[in-house]
Amino acid sequence: MISTWMWSRIPGPVALKVLLLLVVIVAAVLVLFEFVFPWVSTIVPVSDPTLEEAGS
Amino acid sequence: MSAFPGVEASPSAPDGGNHADHGPVHARPRPRITVLGVIGELLVLAGVLLGLYVVWELFYTDVQGDRAQREIVEELAWAEPEVIEGDVATSSVDTIPDDLKVTDEDPPEMAYPEFTETFATMMVPRWGDDYVRPISEGSTRADVLDPLGIGHYEGSALPGELGNFAISGHRTTYGKPFNRVDELHEGDALIVQTEGIWAVYEVTGWEIVDPTAIEVIAPTPNRPGAGATGRFMTLTTCHPLYSAAERWIVYSELKYWAPTGHGVPSELTEVPA
Repeated sequence: MISTWMWSRIPGPVALKVLLLLVVIVAAVLVLFEFVFPWVSTIVPVSDPTLEEAGS
Repeated sequence: MSAFPGVEASPSAPDGGNHADHGPVHARPRPRITVLGVIGELLVLAGVLLGLYVVWELFYTDVQGDRAQREIVEELAWAEPEVIEGDVATSSVDTIPDDLKVTDEDPPEMAYPEFTETFATMMVPRWGDDYVRPISEGSTRADVLDPLGIGHYEGSALPGELGNFAISGHRTTYGKPFNRVDELHEGDALIVQTEGIWAVYEVTGWEIVDPTAIEVIAPTPNRPGAGATGRFMTLTTCHPLYSAAERWIVYSELKYWAPTGHGVPSELTEVPA
């Protein structure tokens, strides 16, 4: 499985593995929150409060 | 007799004797990679990403939006400091005298704001005496509504002017400036400040319309052909909550405008019951 494969690729003892994994997860969430999701939200118009011209 | 201590001393003996002690721990079969297993893990990942997106949209954009809109208001040199600090009701700030209130004339002409320029603040006593939000030019999400808060429909009237001062804001997410729009009563004060004037509007009604109903922001709301017959302000926001299927519209009409520098509108100090 992907997760097992990744776990065995992380170096160090279990405590270090957990620490490294947490760092990677936090970094991934930051990138998602600051860059990826703002971009996604421009494509998914779920909360547009303005009025549009008819037909546009 | 001699073989027994030998096993103890060298667990890695080639005879495989160590399996007797540690065998069961390491006997787990190597995980086999199966298509189904990989698909399953990808689905779990997709679920986590979707969940994170919801957390971002419903929680993080509000954290960011509140902070950003607060900073914008604080950076406006002309915004009323008592309003920013949210202590109008308790401090002894003057209120505007009646003889400065104007109802039938246009305010002194202000330069039409540039796109994304923050040119006004909005206060709504019904939403709390600490409610103050910036109003910026334009009504697109990416440039104005998401990063700056309330947006002003380009080309619509400016505060206090003849015509319709039409603004738009998020009801959920991005600091949700119009979150409590459904609590407004008829007669509630909507107060706008620019560098030059205070404009006090009174709520006259509300309506839920389709997203294409642009006639509600016509110079005279819902009478597109009539031209400007009064001094209106119209708020548009999402309806229902967490959706963009319809629009919640609040209509209001100017009560009066007054020049800045002579105190604050008394409506600011009257938080409605």
